[in-house]
Amino acid sequence: MKYVIIGNSAAAIGCISGIRTIDGESSITLISDEPHFTYSRPLISYWLKGKVTDDKMYYRSIDFYEKNNCTALLGKKAEKIDTNAKKVVLEDGSTVEYDKLLVATGSSPFVPPVEGLSNANNAFTFLNWDSAKAVKEAANKDSKVVIMGAGLIGLKAAEGLHEVCDDITVVDLADRVLPSILDAEGAGMVQKHIEKEGIKFLLNDAASAVKGNTIVLKSGKELAYDVLIVAVGVRPNTGLVKDAGGEVNRGIVTDSRQATSLHDVYSAGDCTESLDICTGQSKILALLPNAYFQGETAGINMAGGNQTYDTAMPMNAIGFFGLHMLTAGAMEGECFEEIDENNYKRMFFSDGLLKGFILIGEIDRAGIYTSLIREKTPMDQIDSNLLKVNPQLMVFDKKARMQKLAGGK
Amino acid sequence: MGCHLCEYYCAFAHSGKIDMVKAFSGDSKPQPRLTIEEGDSINFAVSCRHCETPLCVKSCITGAMQKDEDGRVFVDESRCVGCYTCILVCPYGSVIPGKEKAIKKCDLCIESGKPACAENCPNLAIVYEERG
Repeated sequence: MKYVIIGNSAAAIGCISGIRTIDGESSITLISDEPHFTYSRPLISYWLKGKVTDDKMYYRSIDFYEKNNCTALLGKKAEKIDTNAKKVVLEDGSTVEYDKLLVATGSSPFVPPVEGLSNANNAFTFLNWDSAKAVKEAANKDSKVVIMGAGLIGLKAAEGLHEVCDDITVVDLADRVLPSILDAEGAGMVQKHIEKEGIKFLLNDAASAVKGNTIVLKSGKELAYDVLIVAVGVRPNTGLVKDAGGEVNRGIVTDSRQATSLHDVYSAGDCTESLDICTGQSKILALLPNAYFQGETAGINMAGGNQTYDTAMPMNAIGFFGLHMLTAGAMEGECFEEIDENNYKRMFFSDGLLKGFILIGEIDRAGIYTSLIREKTPMDQIDSNLLKVNPQLMVFDKKARMQKLAGGK
Repeated sequence: MGCHLCEYYCAFAHSGKIDMVKAFSGDSKPQPRLTIEEGDSINFAVSCRHCETPLCVKSCITGAMQKDEDGRVFVDESRCVGCYTCILVCPYGSVIPGKEKAIKKCDLCIESGKPACAENCPNLAIVYEERG
């Protein structure tokens, strides 16, 4: 059996691990357009601020490929999948044959169609290690930094650059920070916390043009910059599967075994759509754990096993300047809240289930909440009043507790 | 009983100190890696279950959380950035935010081989044994 993986991040590594639970022998070839050993993308902001050194960037121990009998073709771009001949064509014209293929091509930064932006001076995206290196090269203490986008990537870039630069402004069309994971009130709390560090925000506004080293905003304001970071969103890299005739919506479409509509071609990670168990909707869940679970599922199935992944949901763990927030599930339904100056808790219930939560500040043991969402545990089977006080196993009755703690699972 | 001795012995076992009293004197008290839940009629200690399918290991964004060949789930603190993804996914609430950036969790007292919580539980409520 010849396994081929296009990609080199969480989904790809999950796939290798999945394959090796079943097939310890066959060759695995990994193709990546980046020149690096597998590393953790979310660490680039920590690397930028100097909190993580080069040798701690790697996602697995340095003998991972070798131990798993995996040939890594690094710095090589896959250009085409030939599903008839069952081979991947690389940019340099060479080909790699496969019996089972995983497409884990991730996503690319979206650069909005703003006049002058595509060829602006000192404009960077912030998604991979090389982009972080370019930013580090360009920025110094006196740089005026403007970040387009107050989402996860934009704010992490701001935090990373805060160690380096004094003057940082974040611009976003949305009326709040982190619009994809927080509600308005929670976002306000996080924004205030970040503003205390001296980072400025211009919300409800966006760039309409870039002229020289000046950004002209829709409101008419002008912002001079030395370093511009574009972090308004990402787009899934679906081209290889689409061009080969595979089914693609916003992301690559797979079944719960991670198989695409193409024979013997699987897909996992940020390039795919997932079924969100909280809403029943198919959507892109560009989250590292999700990518790993999808990749592992794909790997097991590629090696002849039978595994489904059907517990995907939105889920974020992130912190800025010491303020942590954990969120999961859907923010809809009946809301229970407990909010004070330093802590923010909102839990969302519907259909007799816990559907989602936002915790900012106090986040201890939040995984107990997450597991209730994942397992769809009916609230009438547990002490839901106690649950609202704190996540705790005491909410379960004795039998369920015994099973959980002494069941040996 | 809710005596919290397991917490003290756990924290002491990971304090690097030889004297228990000295370990807890001073400002920076050592942290336990387990949680006591206290109710009206029952109290119990919750520590890492060292799951066969550890969600924390698979979800870890840096690769710091790992499972060794003996099945022990452990964290390489030098690679943990404290993002708390493991806290978000652990169904038992067994991963604890650290006072420093790295999270804290039960390592089954790897150095001594005898988990201090079980060794010192006066009521034999905590036992260390293989199950399932």
